[in-house]
Amino acid sequence: MQDQTQQVRFEQIVLPHLDAAYNLARWLTGNDQDAEDVVQEACLRAFKFVGGFYGGNSRAWLLTIVRNTCYTWLRHNRAHELTTPFDETIHDVECDALNPETLLLHHADQQLLQRALEALPVEFREVVVLRELEGLSYKEIGAIADVPVGTVMSRLARARKRLQHDLAKRRNGED
Amino acid sequence: MNCHETQRWLPAYLDGEVDLVSAVAIEEHLKTCARCAQAYTNQQALQTAIRGSGLYQPAPMALQKRIQMSVRQAGNVAPIPRMMRWRWFGVAAALACVAILAWGLGRAWVAPAADDRLATEVLAGHVRSLMADHLADVESSARHTVKPWFAGKLDFSPTVEDLASQGFPLTGGRLDYLDGRPVAALVYQHQRHTINLFSWPAPQANDTAAAAEELQGYHLIHWTQAGMTYWAVSDLNVDELQGFVQLVQRQSGPTLAP
Repeated sequence: MQDQTQQVRFEQIVLPHLDAAYNLARWLTGNDQDAEDVVQEACLRAFKFVGGFYGGNSRAWLLTIVRNTCYTWLRHNRAHELTTPFDETIHDVECDALNPETLLLHHADQQLLQRALEALPVEFREVVVLRELEGLSYKEIGAIADVPVGTVMSRLARARKRLQHDLAKRRNGED
Repeated sequence: MNCHETQRWLPAYLDGEVDLVSAVAIEEHLKTCARCAQAYTNQQALQTAIRGSGLYQPAPMALQKRIQMSVRQAGNVAPIPRMMRWRWFGVAAALACVAILAWGLGRAWVAPAADDRLATEVLAGHVRSLMADHLADVESSARHTVKPWFAGKLDFSPTVEDLASQGFPLTGGRLDYLDGRPVAALVYQHQRHTINLFSWPAPQANDTAAAAEELQGYHLIHWTQAGMTYWAVSDLNVDELQGFVQLVQRQSGPTLAP
C-alpha cells in the first residue's frame, strides 16, 4: 500500500520533469547512453526520497538529484573534466567590439553553437543549460548547483563571454 | 552607473535578475554609452541564438518506460514473471470454485464492506466540514430558509426539521458528496458539539434499523427510513447521538394524511 502511494507520488512529482532531467544529464555527460543511465539512477534515488518531498519546486528538486548523480558519474568516468581550468586569458580579447551579426546564429549554425557549449567546463556548461535551456532563475540554479547567487551570475557572465569569443573564432575559422 | 559596473551587472540585467533601481541606472547608461550598448546587444544575440537553437535534448520515448519498470522493481511490486502465469491456470480453476461458493455469501459480505467504506466517507465529510471552516453553505436555524436552499441543488428534497426545543438547534445546511452522489448535509449543535446529518435517497426501499459504530473516536449512526438513507456523525457520546437520531426518526417518518 505504501509502495503504491510512493509510486503514485513518483509518477506525479518526478515523471513530468523527465525531459528536464535528461537534457541536463545529456549536456553534462556528453552522450545519450550515459545520460540515460544517469537519469535512471537519479530517478531511483528520487523514488526513494519522494516521501520526503513536501511540495515546492519539483523540477528543481529533481534536477538537484540529477546534477549530483552526474557529478558522481563524472568523478568516476571523466575525472579530468572536473579539473579542466577555465581559460581566463580570453577575457583580454575584446568581445564587446564584435559585430552582433557574427553572433546572431541561424539554424545552420546549430552545430557550431553545440560545439562551443560542449567545450565549456562542466560547471559553466551547467549554468548555461539551466538558465538558457531550462529557463530557471539564478536562485533556483544556485540551489541546484549548491553555490551562492553571485557565483551563478559570475559563472554565467564568464560562460557567455567565452561562448561569444568561441563562436566568433569558429565562424572566422570557417569563413 | 559607470562602464565597469554596467558590464558587471549586464548579464543579470539581461536575465531580469536586477532590482528596479539598478535596472533604471543600467538603462540610463546604455542610452549614452555605445560600447556598453554594443556589449548588451551581443549578449542578447547570444541568448536568442541559444534559446532558439534546438539544443534542448528531450528524453527518448523509451526512457520513461525503462524508468517506470525499474521503479516498480525497486518498489517490490514487480509484474508477474512468465513462469508464474502458467501456475495461475491451476490456481484459477480453484479460485473459480471458491468464487461460485462465495457468491452466495457475497451479498451478506458485500453490504457491510460497502457500509465500512461509506462510514469512512461520512466521517471524512464530517471532519472536513469542521476543519476547513466550511460547515454550512446556508447558515440559518429556520427550516424555511434551509429547505428551499437545497431546491435546485439536489434531485430530492431533504427533510429539514429544527430540533432546538429538544436541545438540538439546527444551525445550517450544505451540499456534500457521498457514495458517488450529491447529498444534503444538515448541521445541528448540541451544547458545544456539532452533528452532521447526511441524507439522500436510499438505493433500496426497505427501512433498516439504526446501526451505531465508532470510528476514530467519532460516533456514526445510520438507518434507512421512508426511502431515504441517513447518516448522523458527531463526537457526542453515543447515548446522546442516539437520542438525536430518535428525534429525527420521529420527524422524518411518513406523514399520515390528517
